[in-house]
Amino acid sequence: MIKSATALALASAVTAMLAAAASSSGAAEGKEKCYGVALKGQNDCAAGPGTTCAGTARIDYQGNAWKYVAKGTCVTMELPGGRKGALEALKRDLPKV
Amino acid sequence: MAPTLSEIQAAFAAALVDPALPVPDGLCGPGGGPAARRFAVYRNNVVVGLTEALRARFPVTDRLVGPEFFGAMARAYVAAHKPASPLLMHYGDDLPDFIAAFEPAAIIVYLADVARLEAAWSQAYHAAEAVPIGIAALAAIPTDELASVHLTLHPSLRLLHSAHPVASIWAAHQTDGPVMPPEPWEPEDVLVVRPEAEVLVHRLPAGGLAFLAALEAGAPLGVAVERATAAAPAFDLPRNLAGAFEAGAVIAASISAAVQALAETCP
Amino acid sequence: MLPTSIAAAIPARAGVGLKPEHYRAILESAPDVAFFEIHAENYMGAGGPPHRYLEAIRARYPISLHGVGLSIGADRALDREHLARLRGLVERYEPGLFSEHLAWSTHDTGFLNDLLPVPYTRATLERVCDHVDEAQEAVGRRMLLENPSTYLVFAESTIPEVDFLAEVAARTGCGLLLDVNNVEVSATNHGYDPTAYLDAFPAEHVGEIHLGGFAATTDDRGARLLIDAHGSPVDDRVWALYRHALGLCGAVPTLIEWDNDVPAWPILHAEARRADALLARVAARPHGERRAAEDLHGTHAL
Repeated sequence: MIKSATALALASAVTAMLAAAASSSGAAEGKEKCYGVALKGQNDCAAGPGTTCAGTARIDYQGNAWKYVAKGTCVTMELPGGRKGALEALKRDLPKV
Repeated sequence: MAPTLSEIQAAFAAALVDPALPVPDGLCGPGGGPAARRFAVYRNNVVVGLTEALRARFPVTDRLVGPEFFGAMARAYVAAHKPASPLLMHYGDDLPDFIAAFEPAAIIVYLADVARLEAAWSQAYHAAEAVPIGIAALAAIPTDELASVHLTLHPSLRLLHSAHPVASIWAAHQTDGPVMPPEPWEPEDVLVVRPEAEVLVHRLPAGGLAFLAALEAGAPLGVAVERATAAAPAFDLPRNLAGAFEAGAVIAASISAAVQALAETCP
Repeated sequence: MLPTSIAAAIPARAGVGLKPEHYRAILESAPDVAFFEIHAENYMGAGGPPHRYLEAIRARYPISLHGVGLSIGADRALDREHLARLRGLVERYEPGLFSEHLAWSTHDTGFLNDLLPVPYTRATLERVCDHVDEAQEAVGRRMLLENPSTYLVFAESTIPEVDFLAEVAARTGCGLLLDVNNVEVSATNHGYDPTAYLDAFPAEHVGEIHLGGFAATTDDRGARLLIDAHGSPVDDRVWALYRHALGLCGAVPTLIEWDNDVPAWPILHAEARRADALLARVAARPHGERRAAEDLHGTHAL
């Protein structure tokens, strides 16, 4: 069962919200219809097989000894509480997978 | 005996995804010449195409670790996870889980959660259309029945809890450039929803995640309020209820959703 | 939803592959382009901006639907869910043309995200014909089947590619999509004459032409190897082959494909205008007029 306090709280919250909505009627109405952000490469960067890739070098499948060194914005974000953003612990090779 | 089409394609597919295997028999260049580099074009197309699909879907994750790290991480994921369907918009739904277990990224404690937010963002981007309702829809319901109201949430709605300020980090890294860490550094609950054309990302107040999760699971309003209060005693009902409607997260309200659902299943 | 004033039929002029980068420019500048072609799989989500833009663009232009994931050449059953999704797009957007590839991409390991080559054998021919029949039936439309760009050949192949395509068209009633860039790519990669390939191509079945850019590298022996990269302007050699193809086929709808390193809209539009100029010259000739009339009535000479 729902506690009566919950029911009361709901009743007063909704009543207040309805009153507020009435006084600012139609604020949400007439919003300009738009199409949204067209995400570049939203999903079709790879949708055209045969069109997927301009690169022709052989993929370095033996490249598991890649150095995983983050060079992005995480590096410049020093976190509070002694936690680090990235860097030195990442300077190592990944074991063969 | 010549191999069947099925056998030819099985061998082709196996070698395509496993670079340790040699180029299958019977594949050649002009005049029966060698085809290793030629076969590598196909291997490359698959790996690069999928890697770039992930980069397009996870732009902030890419920015956080930089393109080289992301490319290497994505290749490791691609090697182990091929898409289940030609709908690449869904590819990488489990990349966040992969990142969470990806040891070289472990030091970036928030990285998997940022990827979760980006996965939720693109799911919302492609989700079905639905028209949000305003709070006025509740005016027709007697106040003593409000606790029994079922709110149907928008199909694009996604909820996310993070032990890190994931929404703040995500918002701060929308463009390249120097970034200050979010202040204060604290856990964030996030609502992702696309009420109209734009995907919106909101930080939720205390108890908001439990409240919306209960509604999403089909609980009536009264039950959702009690679950939210149990999860966070500071749960602010008016703020959360108004927030849900203002975010465009609600598309229907009914006092008899359960009864109607029952009626629809019975002839 | 669609205004009936915009016909679905695609004229024998130049169109452009639709990219999200150009949605805004297209809607704002209303360029004189005959049609836009979409990759079907990019519009198989439930909703959101891709459909919002496509609806707006379809309201102003004809659309052609180009599938890249049906895996017609695979020795496994077609994905019925995927066929249903294609049919859904056909019903929703009323494309003037529907095309797919002579290739495969799906196997037990999942979707392999490339257009993989098939051996040209009787067994493959049977399978491809069955799949084209099934797809045309399920989608409810005649299909155009595209000649592939390939990087290697199968020792098992016994049928020339043009003969293979001609027989699929003859047996299934499908049309053909002649990708002239693919002709240049495959001819270079396998050391044959692209003009001879075009001369042998069953021109009467061609319902659309594709033009795109390639990238160049080298093979195991250091020979020139072309990649169908769609990331650059149409090469002059491909333009020359296109003029030759138009002489054989007459004026047919022609698409500029540029999918990677997508340029600003004016650059892409200029490529389409160049194709349009060549098409206009063909259409002015008596042969071209006859072709156009046949197309209008759907009575391709066989």
